[in-house]
Amino acid sequence: MTGLTRAFTNARLIDPSQKLDEIGTLLIVDNQVAAIGKSVDVPADCEIIDCQGKAILPGLIDMQVFTGEPGEEHRETLATASQAAAAGGVTAMVTMPNTNPVIDDAALVDFITRRARDTAIVRVHPMAALTKGCLGAHMTEFGLLREAGAVAFTDGDRAVMNALTMRRALSYAANFDALIVQHAMDQDLQSAGVMHEGELATRLGLAGIPAAAETTIIDRDLRLVELTGGRYHISQISSAESVETIRAAKKRGVSVSCGVSATHLMLNQNDVENYRSFAKLSPPLRDEEDRLALILGVADGTIDVVVSGHNPQDAEAKRQPFAQAAYGTVGVETLLAGLLTLHHANELDLATLLACVTQRPAELLGLKGGSLAVGDAADFAIVDLGEPWIVDASSLRSKSQNAAIDRRKVQGRVYATYVNGEAVFTLS
Amino acid sequence: MTDKKPLGVFAHRDLLGIEGLSVSDITHLLDAADAYVEHNRQVDKKTSALRGRTQINLFFESSTRTQSSFELAGKRLGADVMNMSVAASAVNKGETLLDTAATLNAMNPDLLVVRHGDSGAVALLAQKVSCAVLNAGDGAHEHPTQALLDALTIRRRLGKLEGLRVAICGDISHSRVARSNLLLLNRMGATVHLIGPQTLLPAGAEQLGARAFTNMREGLAGCDIVMMLRIQNERMEGALIPSVREYYHLYGLDREKLSFAKPGALVMHPGPMNRGVEIDSAVADDPEISLIRDQVEMGVAVRMAVLEALAANLPNAGGSRT
Repeated sequence: MTGLTRAFTNARLIDPSQKLDEIGTLLIVDNQVAAIGKSVDVPADCEIIDCQGKAILPGLIDMQVFTGEPGEEHRETLATASQAAAAGGVTAMVTMPNTNPVIDDAALVDFITRRARDTAIVRVHPMAALTKGCLGAHMTEFGLLREAGAVAFTDGDRAVMNALTMRRALSYAANFDALIVQHAMDQDLQSAGVMHEGELATRLGLAGIPAAAETTIIDRDLRLVELTGGRYHISQISSAESVETIRAAKKRGVSVSCGVSATHLMLNQNDVENYRSFAKLSPPLRDEEDRLALILGVADGTIDVVVSGHNPQDAEAKRQPFAQAAYGTVGVETLLAGLLTLHHANELDLATLLACVTQRPAELLGLKGGSLAVGDAADFAIVDLGEPWIVDASSLRSKSQNAAIDRRKVQGRVYATYVNGEAVFTLS
Repeated sequence: MTDKKPLGVFAHRDLLGIEGLSVSDITHLLDAADAYVEHNRQVDKKTSALRGRTQINLFFESSTRTQSSFELAGKRLGADVMNMSVAASAVNKGETLLDTAATLNAMNPDLLVVRHGDSGAVALLAQKVSCAVLNAGDGAHEHPTQALLDALTIRRRLGKLEGLRVAICGDISHSRVARSNLLLLNRMGATVHLIGPQTLLPAGAEQLGARAFTNMREGLAGCDIVMMLRIQNERMEGALIPSVREYYHLYGLDREKLSFAKPGALVMHPGPMNRGVEIDSAVADDPEISLIRDQVEMGVAVRMAVLEALAANLPNAGGSRT
């Protein structure tokens, strides 16, 4: 290491992992945090960057990012996703394995890791498939995949429907203390459903997805977790019933955690009005009461992490009749702004929100990062927490422009992002 | 089309659904259609209202009745009518939809009549073309001309819509006819009862302004009109209802069940009927109580009125093409 020393002064330092929120200086030496706080001695020969009162946050860890690499690079590559991430203050992306081919083999985890090292400008932590081909039948080699660098196991946007497969996977994963990540959506109950079941779906003539499609899977899996002692995480929940179910399970000590997407915290099913396919998500956007329950779930810690669920889709896949259109929204670049917007709307406390995208995902996945304690890698973002701007999908850095929050007013602008002490993004 | 011409009495460029139509819009269309009913009974049925206009009937779902009704309506108004049936392949349905829209648009049609198997597909297509678009049925969403012709049929027989009680019975969940009728009848001050087994009733029906019933006797009580819906074969055999015979036993309209409705209640069906499944022939064919044939006749008149109303709003109406 070069011994390069830099001081970021006059910054509002926020780090939920240290319960830190104060004006001061972040001192970086050798790509690591050397000191942080209001009384930091700045060495004489060091480069000084005056943050002018902007905030410094630990770099975000986005626990659910779909890319198109390998197989569908026209949607998104690791490189383009990482540029979007950097512009949004995200310094680590957890990628989903349901690519083409599916990441269900140690050599493919290695491929992702190498491609990321060569092309991506933020850290990439791949999840590997839970079952071979994400087909829900035979479990993958958790041991070898972990050694290759897989941080957790999931079938991406598909639920493991077979209870026996799930039992065995949870049981086998317990050998490694590996995290099993479920997309909680009962495919039989979903059937032809494409949006939240209810009055709006009826009016639009679209088949609905009942909240029970989510809770039946969660209820079943919680029983299996209690049976096996595995570690279980639901990638995204969408309904008030799920929040209640998980709250109760946590109370009785079940090893369960869950996530929610920032989009589900901001929007509700009314955004599907006029067959707007950009708001077609899985799990679906539900009622306003569900959205409020999700907010409460984040506030009281029932929901552990907030993800973008970044899922780039090209125009052809979205410019379809609603039932035919692809699921998903891009979001890694707007994750932080979305959360800050919720904070400014007085819906959620800042430290709680930030913990859900820094400290908590790091803990769940056993990753270093998500904090700015002395000795940690210098992954951080410099942010104007209040600056308003309007999301313009066409100016986002993702290869695809399917932003559910397109044209919405948000608050919170990233001015610079650093990974390992190096600037990977600077607002121009 | 760049320069927008102010809209006429019927202030809509397309007819994508009943949703969005006001009481006066609906009344205007029904009055215009009423005049065409008499006109269509003459020997010379031809007018020149749409002379020079090109109407394309674009059907992604097969249909004989609706398509021929639109074809006849256009021809009687003097338009050049072309029928296109696009066999919807399982893959790339939507791509075909927008590609077809772009191709047809380049042919400069004036009126595009579209049926598609997906809810919202006609509205999506309407964004991509510069002519007037008529929804001839999109998925389980809307079928506005069916609701208009049903309303005209009822109005001609009973003299009004307001204050009537109308039962819609059968597969409500998957029916665009039910949705459009519910919207129109509510808007015009009628009361709607939706009747069917729970598996065929959509979620949130009551929030849409209807009362839902699973029991036919209760649902039909006090009804002036009983609309029966076609039950699709694929819904039977255990998927949503256990069997045809059980369905007929519980919901098939025969004289006994009709007696639960108001004395003198009239029967309607959008067709094609499954005799012995949702309706008994003795009811369907009794001219005293069945309005089914009237509905077909009203269909042509209503479609003429709608075509004419939309043509009047075309940018080049009443003059040369700009």
